[in-house]
Amino acid sequence: MQENNSVGIVAAQTAHFNTPLTLKSGAVLPQFDLVYETYGTLNADKSNAVLICHALSGTHHVAGKYSLDDKHPGWWDNLIGPNKPLDTNKFFVIGVNNLGGCNGSTGAASNNPATGKPWGSQFPVLTVEDWVASQALLADYLGIKQLAAVVGGSLGGMQALQWTMTYPERVRHALVIASAPNLTAQNMAFNEVARQAIITDPEFHGGDYYAHGVVPRRGLRIARMLGHITYLSDDAMGAKFGRKLKDGIQYSFDAEFEMESYLRYQGDKFAGEFDANTYLRMTRALDYYDPALAFDNDLSLALKEVKAQFLVVSFTSDWRFSPARSREIVKALLDNELTVSYAEVTAAHGHDAFLMPDAHYHNILRTYLNNVQV
Amino acid sequence: MTDTVQNNVNITNSILQFRQDFAIIANWVGFGSKVLDLGCGDGELLQFLRGGLEVKGYGVEKDDANWLACMQNGSNVIQMDLEDGLSGFEDQSFDTVILSQTLQAMHNTEEIVQEMLRVGREIIVTFPNFGYWRNRLQITKGRMPVSKILPYQWYDTPNVHLCTINDFDEFCKNHKITILERCVITNTKTIQFMPNLLGNLAMYRLKAA
Repeated sequence: MQENNSVGIVAAQTAHFNTPLTLKSGAVLPQFDLVYETYGTLNADKSNAVLICHALSGTHHVAGKYSLDDKHPGWWDNLIGPNKPLDTNKFFVIGVNNLGGCNGSTGAASNNPATGKPWGSQFPVLTVEDWVASQALLADYLGIKQLAAVVGGSLGGMQALQWTMTYPERVRHALVIASAPNLTAQNMAFNEVARQAIITDPEFHGGDYYAHGVVPRRGLRIARMLGHITYLSDDAMGAKFGRKLKDGIQYSFDAEFEMESYLRYQGDKFAGEFDANTYLRMTRALDYYDPALAFDNDLSLALKEVKAQFLVVSFTSDWRFSPARSREIVKALLDNELTVSYAEVTAAHGHDAFLMPDAHYHNILRTYLNNVQV
Repeated sequence: MTDTVQNNVNITNSILQFRQDFAIIANWVGFGSKVLDLGCGDGELLQFLRGGLEVKGYGVEKDDANWLACMQNGSNVIQMDLEDGLSGFEDQSFDTVILSQTLQAMHNTEEIVQEMLRVGREIIVTFPNFGYWRNRLQITKGRMPVSKILPYQWYDTPNVHLCTINDFDEFCKNHKITILERCVITNTKTIQFMPNLLGNLAMYRLKAA
């Protein structure tokens, strides 16, 4: 069954770039691929393009399905489609798998042209700035000079913010959702535990596990389990699982509590489909992102050249990217007299709320996007 | 008053019929100035000021439905609770900060006025005058006043800090706030004679002493 407000059956495309890309670290990628999807139609003056930036484990598959019986639509399908808040009747929407990803874009599992073998440990560490630079090359490739909007949640919101700084003339609106201007020490600490779980897995082999025909599944699984705890609020976990047991107390260390089953299921699923080297790099990009650092930690100064208009959204129960962090972004935008609106959505789901189809949240996005001229 | 556009009253006469207070506020706000409207509701005042005076306006609103209405009106709106102060706004970063018919519902009354004076070079405060004769009359009859401007029953009113014009004048004096202008109206009529008795809406243009 195809819903009438779905973008329908979609297919990914690949853009190949032969020009070397110098990264923020100084490392150079001699060539790279970006895999992407688009929904809707690019208008004649190419003024209706919206870029979706993904978070830690996202992909280019943002909306639609790959086949009629595909049970898993794109990760933000509830937002994007005909007559949905991000309306594909109006906008041309682009989803892209970030560089270093593991869903088709060049990453650690791709072959290094110099050796003919997977990059593995030799694949560079990437930054939010590098992703934005590569996304701009994709926009060039698609013939788009200026994006109507860049939209992202969490790590995706950091990319949306960075777009307005790196390319002030190339983005008219930024929707920065459940994000932050940098990570706190506590937030980075979760990333460090996740990485240590992966790196100390005997099957990690220093990042060159491809050559050994194994994957550091245990490490990746634990990293994901930890992540899931931080994406939910205490209340949301309480409401979802509470202290519910599957079959009573067994005096064992099996998954007796429903919460344990959930975490194990999420961990196993993720470990079977995600690349550990990508996880390391995504979390590192989160840690490193700090646009105010080069401006004496003055975010207002860092945003001085920005021209875009902003919608900033946070969620009350999100403790990993708390409303207070979004308010820091809002304040810096106000200091620069930029056009900004800020919504603090009452939500129980913690950080995950930005992916949920909450009616008020979607109304906010719909109303803002309705006002975006194309 | 130097950069105030005096003739903007004829901009939208139909609206002015209903909202004389908007017209007075518009006269106190400079053309092209930067305005912060606290408790902006559905953004009607901001929309009015934007249209006539091309102000750079921002609203602050706590309520979800009002926030959405404000955005539908094309206003910039920041969702926050005024009771927490204005910590997201720099000192003296706005030409005018407005608190329109919201003062009486604030718990932290002194704090919000001080915060407004910190953020705005000038501030505008308007409130229903509890000294208005119809209110006094209802009290002499032994009942709490209920009227168009104070439409709540005693048990469901959000208005926790009602005051009279004389009270507010003294508040300004005690807090070393300079009254630049005061205007008292009843519906669309300006009240010069015995304003604390005959006026139902008090409007003040203020700055720090």
